[in-house]
Amino acid sequence: MEQFAAWKALMSAGEPTTLWQQFYVLFYQAFIENDRWLQYLNGVVTTLYVTVLALVLGIVLGIIVAVIRTAHDQQRPGHKNPVLGFVNGLLKIYVTVIRGTPMMVQLMIMGLVIFASSRDFVMVGALTLGINSGAYTAEIIRGGLMSVDQGQMEAGRSLGMNYTDTMRFVVVPQAIKAILPALGNEFIVLLKDTSLISVIGGKELLYTARSVAARNYEPMYPYVGAAIVYLLLVMLFTWLLGIFERRLRASDRR
Amino acid sequence: MIDVKNLCKSFGNLEVLRGVSQHISKGERVVLIGPSGSGKSTFLRCLNLLETPTGGEIIFEGQSITDEKCDINKIRQKMGMVFQHFNLFPNMTIMKNITLAPVRTGLMNREQAVKRAMELLKRVGLEDKAASYPAQLSGGQKQRIAIVRALCMQPEVMLFDEPTSALDPEMVGEVLDVMKELAKSGMTMICVTHEMGFAREVADRVLFMDEGKIVEEGTPQEIFSNPKEQRTKDFLNKVL
Repeated sequence: MEQFAAWKALMSAGEPTTLWQQFYVLFYQAFIENDRWLQYLNGVVTTLYVTVLALVLGIVLGIIVAVIRTAHDQQRPGHKNPVLGFVNGLLKIYVTVIRGTPMMVQLMIMGLVIFASSRDFVMVGALTLGINSGAYTAEIIRGGLMSVDQGQMEAGRSLGMNYTDTMRFVVVPQAIKAILPALGNEFIVLLKDTSLISVIGGKELLYTARSVAARNYEPMYPYVGAAIVYLLLVMLFTWLLGIFERRLRASDRR
Repeated sequence: MIDVKNLCKSFGNLEVLRGVSQHISKGERVVLIGPSGSGKSTFLRCLNLLETPTGGEIIFEGQSITDEKCDINKIRQKMGMVFQHFNLFPNMTIMKNITLAPVRTGLMNREQAVKRAMELLKRVGLEDKAASYPAQLSGGQKQRIAIVRALCMQPEVMLFDEPTSALDPEMVGEVLDVMKELAKSGMTMICVTHEMGFAREVADRVLFMDEGKIVEEGTPQEIFSNPKEQRTKDFLNKVL
C-alpha cells in the first residue's frame, strides 16, 4: 500500500521509474486499489448469472419452438392442423428475425426502446440474450430431432403408440445425444455474448473493466484482465464439456 | 380380413401404385415378390398407413382405415410390422424394447408385458438377451427381437418388409425359421421378400408386382413352376 503510493507519486511526478515499478503501479490500481477485484468478481458473477438465465430461457424457448415446428413438418399429408400451421408461421418469423439481426441491435431495441423505463439492465439483458439464444437453440434441437433415423418413428408408430409417446420415449432420448455438444457450444457463445449487455448498462465483467479504465485513464490492464478472465472461463467450460461428451459416448460402446 | 380397393399412391409425379386391389383372408400367408421399385414395400406400408395412399380404400375388419375419422393407432396395434433395418430402439434394453408399446398403449400392465415378452423370447431362443442392448446383438438376433416386439402386441396380422435383406447370409436362416414357425401357428402374414425358397415353402398365395400393379398371382406352384406372364418369367429367370 505504502509502496504503491510512493511509486505512484514517483510516476506522476515524471521521475524515472523501472518497468517493474510501472507494472506494479498500473496492476495495483487496476485490480487491487479500493478493492476493485471485488468489482471484477461481482462482474464475473453477473456474467455467469446472465449466461445461465439466458441459457435456461433459450433452451425452454428452443424446445417449444423445435417441438412445434417438427410436429408441424411431420404431419401426415391431408391431415394438416390449421392452428399448428399458424403458430408454425409465427415461429418461423421469430427465428428469421432473431437470426437475421445483430445481437447488439436487439439489445439496444430491448434496452432503450421496449424496456426503456426499466432500471434492471441485467434482467433486460438476460431476457434479450435468452430470446436470441432460443432461436439458435431451436434450430439445434430441430436438427437433433431430425438426425434420429426416420425408421425409429415408424417403428414406434407401427406398434400403435401415438406421436407424443414415440417422441418422448424413442426419438427425444436419442436426439439428446446429438444435441448436447452443440448446446455446449451455444453456452460458450452465450458466455462471451454477455459482454454486450454492458452497452445497455448491465454491470457485468466488461462493464467493470470499462469503468476502471475510465477512472484510471489506463485501458490496457482492465481490458486485458477481462479478456484473460473470459478466456479462462471458456477454457474451463470447454474442458468440462469434453469430459461430459466422452462420458456420453462411452455409453455407445457397450 | 383386409380388403384393398384400387389403391393408388404417388410421390409427386412418380406413380408408385397404380390401382392395386386385393383381398387377404384371416390366416392367409401372402408373399409379395417383384423387381425393386415395383411398389411392393409401398403397398405394404400403405396397409398400416406409414404411407398415406393418394387414392383407393383399405378396409380392415370392416373398418375403412383410409377414412379421416379412423383412429389409426388402434388399427396399428392389431398390425405388427417388421422392417428391413430392424429399427430396434437403441436407447433401451431388449426387454424395454418389447414391453414399451404394450404398456404405453394400455394393452397390458408391466408384469403381464414382461411375462409375455419372456415367453416370446424363449420361443425365439433369446431369453438370455432380455437385459442386453440392441448394439450387443447380431443382425439375425436383432430381427428376431423385432419380430418378438411386434408379436408382443398380440397383432392379428403381421407385415414383413424384406426382413432378411439387410442380414448377413448365415443369419437369414434363423430369421426365416422364426417366420416359418409363426406361419405354422396360423398367423395372418403379408411378406415382401426376395427369399424364393421361403415363398415356395410358406406362402398360400404369391403376388408378383411390377410397375405398381399386381401382374400375376397364384399358388407358389403356379407362379414358380408355371408362370403365365412374360414379365414374371423374366423376373424369375433372373432371381432363381
